[in-house]
Amino acid sequence: MSRSRLAANTVAVVAAVVTFFPIYWMVLSALKPAGEIQSLEVRPWTLAPTFEHFQRVLGGENFSRYLLNSLGIALTVVVLSAVVAFLAAVAVTRFHFRFRTTVLIMFLVAQMVPVEALTIPLFFLIRDIGTAVPGVGLNTLGSLVLVHLACSLPFAVWMMRGFVAAVPEALEEAAMIDGASRSVILWRILFPLVAPGLIATSVFSFIAAWNDFIFARTFIISAKDNQTLPAALLVFFKPDENDWGGIMAASTLMTIPVLIFFVAVQRRLVAGLGGAVKD
Amino acid sequence: MTAVTTAPADPETRVRQSTPRPRGRLRPWLYLLPSAAVLLPLFGYPIYMLGLLSVFDYRQAQVSGGEPTRFIGFDNYATLLGDQRFWSVLAQTVVFAAVLVIATLAVGAALAVVLTKAGRVPRLLLSLAAMAAWAAPAMTGSTVWMFLFDADLGLVNQLLGIEGYNWFYDKWVTFGIVGATVVWHSFPFVMVTLYAGIQAIPSSVVEAASLDGASAWHSFWRVIVPMLRPLVTIVVIQSIIWDFKIFTQIYVMTNGGGIAGQNSVLNVYAYQTAFGSSEYGLGSAIGVIMTLILLVVTLLYIRALYRSGEKL
Repeated sequence: MSRSRLAANTVAVVAAVVTFFPIYWMVLSALKPAGEIQSLEVRPWTLAPTFEHFQRVLGGENFSRYLLNSLGIALTVVVLSAVVAFLAAVAVTRFHFRFRTTVLIMFLVAQMVPVEALTIPLFFLIRDIGTAVPGVGLNTLGSLVLVHLACSLPFAVWMMRGFVAAVPEALEEAAMIDGASRSVILWRILFPLVAPGLIATSVFSFIAAWNDFIFARTFIISAKDNQTLPAALLVFFKPDENDWGGIMAASTLMTIPVLIFFVAVQRRLVAGLGGAVKD
Repeated sequence: MTAVTTAPADPETRVRQSTPRPRGRLRPWLYLLPSAAVLLPLFGYPIYMLGLLSVFDYRQAQVSGGEPTRFIGFDNYATLLGDQRFWSVLAQTVVFAAVLVIATLAVGAALAVVLTKAGRVPRLLLSLAAMAAWAAPAMTGSTVWMFLFDADLGLVNQLLGIEGYNWFYDKWVTFGIVGATVVWHSFPFVMVTLYAGIQAIPSSVVEAASLDGASAWHSFWRVIVPMLRPLVTIVVIQSIIWDFKIFTQIYVMTNGGGIAGQNSVLNVYAYQTAFGSSEYGLGSAIGVIMTLILLVVTLLYIRALYRSGEKL
């Protein structure tokens, strides 16, 4: 083994350990008995793993309810945004029409808008919509679905564009020659072919909705039942003493679904990042 | 399906029929309709409203007290520009974002190079670890790093043997820890993207350079880096946009902006001004200024995309 290879291997392993350490520490602390967390002795393992923190977290403070809320919102957003983004991506890749570039640039610009600043007008908008349609007003899960759908779409369209463009047009042409209708081509041929890309895109929509903190904090004011996970996490921060075992167990519960999704599609992520990796 | 049986046309007419494929002029707009139905009311309109709110005197009294909203032109902006605090938040946002971008890029690029040189197992380990950091929600990343640096039970204090030292009192130390959390989250994107870019460079190019007598150092800086320039530009601008908008980490780790708001960045400042102090008009004005700054960066981004040969 050459010296440079050895050095690279060493750096890679050290970087991997350092990078993974916070995740490891989170899971470890979630499994440590309370006594060990309190102890001042440094011990990067535990001999008595316990689920007491998980039980406390899932049992009390409405946590499992919040988990379901978060999951429901994220999945609804994923399904809606997949269909809507797919259609838009087909429009901008398969057709040449006036303002096509303008539309594309608008999808790009929309990604850059600081969403946090938009919470101010969105708050009033959602409040006003709520008086007309109570299902999507303040304090509802519906409002979060709507807002996340809007926020995840620009990026989803941008990413889907690459996947749709990767499908050879010849396939659709052949189907058209065989007399397939537009909708058959769209849903029976193109849609299954871009399904892997759709899944990769969905992961981003899922993560964005799942991770959201600011909208849940802003829109869900009084309806405690409609809180989502990130807000639920804050419950374990107490002014006198933080319940670190609970916080780490809740954090673990919040991280694992995303981690699974992410690893499952990691190969496609790079390919889909807006063609940034071309050439 | 009937068309199949009734079209025994010779191959040439078939081809001609199928070439002007995008015939329906309305069809693309039909496909864009669902997106428009979501984005115009929930994205376009709020942007317009943000601008509108910023030129009104809009506070709690107007929101719930029934007082009439008053058009005040650019008074909110004048207030901001005359406020020492706004300038200091703007300055620390820019400095913080700049340091984050540089740190993220340095770590990401260095590890991308390491990945190309490392063996299979170390490469897999680093990729997996980076994926985990990338995927971890900003919220849980924040809580874990807070725990690591906790005054009483944090690992860092235990290792250093200092009891009860609070890392989150000092402004710059706090920025440092929050920054480390952000870099931890964001370097994987840079690493993975640049690694893919390096992999895509034909090995013949590097070999040719080494045949011409270039050292590894030289061929890295003179061959690989110039070839990656478009990619690097995109990664840099993407990082600027992300790091300029940091919200969750600051908000959670410093409990809404730190002691007396000393760790505020523009995003948190706008949010706190609006929802903390109920100065919705003033908060919107901060939001508009932020949006304008990001718009400039975005235009640079679009230009970079064009230059890299990306077809829009």
